[in-house]
Amino acid sequence: MVSSCANEPMPAALPDSSHDAAIIGAGVIGCAIARRLTLEGWKVAVLEKARDVLDGASKSNSAILHTGFDAPVGSLEQRCVAAGYAEYRAIHRRLNLPLIESGALVIAWSADQEAALPALMDQARANGVDVAPLTAAETRALEPGLGPGVAASFRVPGESLIDPWSAPHAYLLQAVENGATLLRDCTVTGGNFDQGWHLETTRGTIRARVTINAAGLYGDQIDQMLTGAMSFRIKPRKGQFIVYDKPAAALAGHVLLPVPTAVTKGVVICRTAYGNLLVGPTAEEQDDRETAALVPETLDALRLRGEEILPGLAGCDITAIYAGLRPATQFKDYQISKDAMRNYICVGGIRSTGLSSALGTAHYVHDLCADMVTATSLPDPAWPQMSNITQGLPRSCDAPDNGGIVCHCELVTRAEIAAALASPIAPQTLAGLKRMTRVTMGRCQGNYCAGEIAAMMARS
Amino acid sequence: MTLPAHVDVAIVGSGPAGLAAAIRLKALGIDSVTVLERDPTPGGVPQFCAHSPYGLREFHRLMRGPAYARRLVAQALAAGVTIHAGVTVTALHPGPRLSLTTPAGPTEITATRVLLATGVREASRVVRRIGGTKPGGILTTGALQRLVALGQPLPFRNPVILGTELVAFSAIMTCRSAGVTPSAMITRETGTTARWPTGLFPRLLGIPVHHRTSVAAINGRDRVTSVTLDSGQEMATDGVILTGQFRPDAALIRDSHLDWDDRTGGPVTDQTGRCSDPAYFAAGNLLRPVETAGWCWAEGGRIAESLTAPARATVPIHLNGDALAYVTPQRLAPGLPARLQLRVNRPWRGQLIVGATAHKIDSRPERRILIPVPALPDGATDITITLRKDA
Repeated sequence: MVSSCANEPMPAALPDSSHDAAIIGAGVIGCAIARRLTLEGWKVAVLEKARDVLDGASKSNSAILHTGFDAPVGSLEQRCVAAGYAEYRAIHRRLNLPLIESGALVIAWSADQEAALPALMDQARANGVDVAPLTAAETRALEPGLGPGVAASFRVPGESLIDPWSAPHAYLLQAVENGATLLRDCTVTGGNFDQGWHLETTRGTIRARVTINAAGLYGDQIDQMLTGAMSFRIKPRKGQFIVYDKPAAALAGHVLLPVPTAVTKGVVICRTAYGNLLVGPTAEEQDDRETAALVPETLDALRLRGEEILPGLAGCDITAIYAGLRPATQFKDYQISKDAMRNYICVGGIRSTGLSSALGTAHYVHDLCADMVTATSLPDPAWPQMSNITQGLPRSCDAPDNGGIVCHCELVTRAEIAAALASPIAPQTLAGLKRMTRVTMGRCQGNYCAGEIAAMMARS
Repeated sequence: MTLPAHVDVAIVGSGPAGLAAAIRLKALGIDSVTVLERDPTPGGVPQFCAHSPYGLREFHRLMRGPAYARRLVAQALAAGVTIHAGVTVTALHPGPRLSLTTPAGPTEITATRVLLATGVREASRVVRRIGGTKPGGILTTGALQRLVALGQPLPFRNPVILGTELVAFSAIMTCRSAGVTPSAMITRETGTTARWPTGLFPRLLGIPVHHRTSVAAINGRDRVTSVTLDSGQEMATDGVILTGQFRPDAALIRDSHLDWDDRTGGPVTDQTGRCSDPAYFAAGNLLRPVETAGWCWAEGGRIAESLTAPARATVPIHLNGDALAYVTPQRLAPGLPARLQLRVNRPWRGQLIVGATAHKIDSRPERRILIPVPALPDGATDITITLRKDA
């Protein structure tokens, strides 16, 4: 299969060109920073160690655009999430990205939890987010599928569903279409600062005035490598999720949130932008930064918890299970720091709100380093149009001349796959193509389409 | 070839059941019979099974899958059947009216009758409750067969095969045709599920079979590196082939107005293949998992003969006994004889009481049980099936 390219010769080293910024890591944060700096007129290179982008923490999340209502008041996380939320809403139409305004309910299932709701609502209002308290009966009227035991809730109208992959792809694509360089298979192995940065990589030396560490699960190691010190330590936190087949999405309109604990937002139930229903995540600390193992017993417990919240789930088919790693640290807040002497910005500890905060985090990073490079923002940047793969907007299969459907479960057309493979950030692996188009992600998990997709990738 | 706005009969799926029905409908004098196939080429699953045995029942000779599929397609075209490949039915509506996506874009078609013959698919890794990671190199037999048929390289050299149903042996043969040697077969069962002499096949090829074993986890980040067995033992391998555990491909039905049966996983029908909307029919492996191509072919032909018959009232079949995996049909039209097809979900020896008639049962989950039922009298309100164990 096309994804088995382990033996492919290493891509040729690049000419030793100089950039304004080298961004280490093409996760959602790296992609958003690449976009921001490019729009500000910087010459940007994005260095990604994997064969495709979004291959670390960003490859699995709960696909919610958070308002930041529950972030600690005054925290950097709250500031970045609020700014990211606002910018996503401002730009999503221009990039043809979906926004499904589902709203969320924070549900108390006991008297103790009910007692915690007023403080949470105060916190939300302090964060500038509208909330509305609901009685048990009002909650049930909004979500008749809820199981017994609802004590009360409050509604957060602004919480929304987005596509966790087309958004960062759009940020990166806008950067690349406006001049940024994407380097994959590009592991940073060392670097030193002398007037500017000389980063040693598996694709040769990259020169840049500024280095931005957005290495996610490897952020502390890059920090150590480039500065000789570690300002935080990554403690990977695994989250396992269950994806139910599309009929289950009718069971819940809102994002259903529990009353959070100190450690985690807890088990969330939400529709996805693709029309499925998601239950998760767990929060399990581990040392391994590379692999997030699925544990059937844990998933069984997650499934049972889901069925308590929404009893109708008991009869629903499960489409997929997945697990991801959040780059948590010993600190609760984001760890974004500036080393002005060395033109170095470290963006670490973006635990679980990276998708929501990315655009805001990118602005914050630009504000930190704007004085390091003289640049004029692009007067008329290109705005790429993403191929919509969600239920929020018209899809390729509804359009003329789509070439016919290849992935029947997710209704992905030949035209969509061909466009992804011809994109300036075309995926190099099946896993990358899945994230860009959703092929093989449906109920048959590739039984029917894996062959034709492999053939299309081999031809491209 | 443009799609007509209306046809007498629209058939969804061009496998053996759909094509056999189409051919029979033309023989019965139906004017416009159109088969809609979502794959780029018609013929269904046999197209991708580059091995025998096919065709004994239909053409009285031993054929490989692709030749058999070509012959069925040719026969249908010669009979005047219209086949549209590359057309995906995306929704079923009363009428009947079908929403379609074609390479040119979305459209609709209406029909006097619709026959659904969308077949089965194998269970994905999710349904099998396998933990671990999600590296490349995990395929169902169906995906494996299509990769090989399209000349694509396989993502492994020595995969393990999960399951010992008949389709697992198709996986072995498909692997061997592509120069890939399975390293082991792993099954929860105490013996090989497929019947002798197929069960001897892996031993003849030197493939060890691990009985009473399941895979607890798949390991590896980008590529499969090993599997962890339920014993805790780790077995090195570079791929996993998931075989069998079929379920009807009934997504269209679940999203539609038609009644669905969670035991078979297919539509609710009567003994003539008629669905809860009397203008819709179903045939082939969509009705239940899983029978051979020859069986589906015969069933498609038989159900085609009912398509023009007037609708009759039907009565429910009640099931007693949790060892009954499924019974099809799920309803009976009084006045017509029927043949019940059922399976048990665990080995069972005892009696199956259908209405007032007792039948001796000694069966296992992988075996089909066929029970003839005389026509219920007009005015019957229901019938009960009870599974009892021998005292």
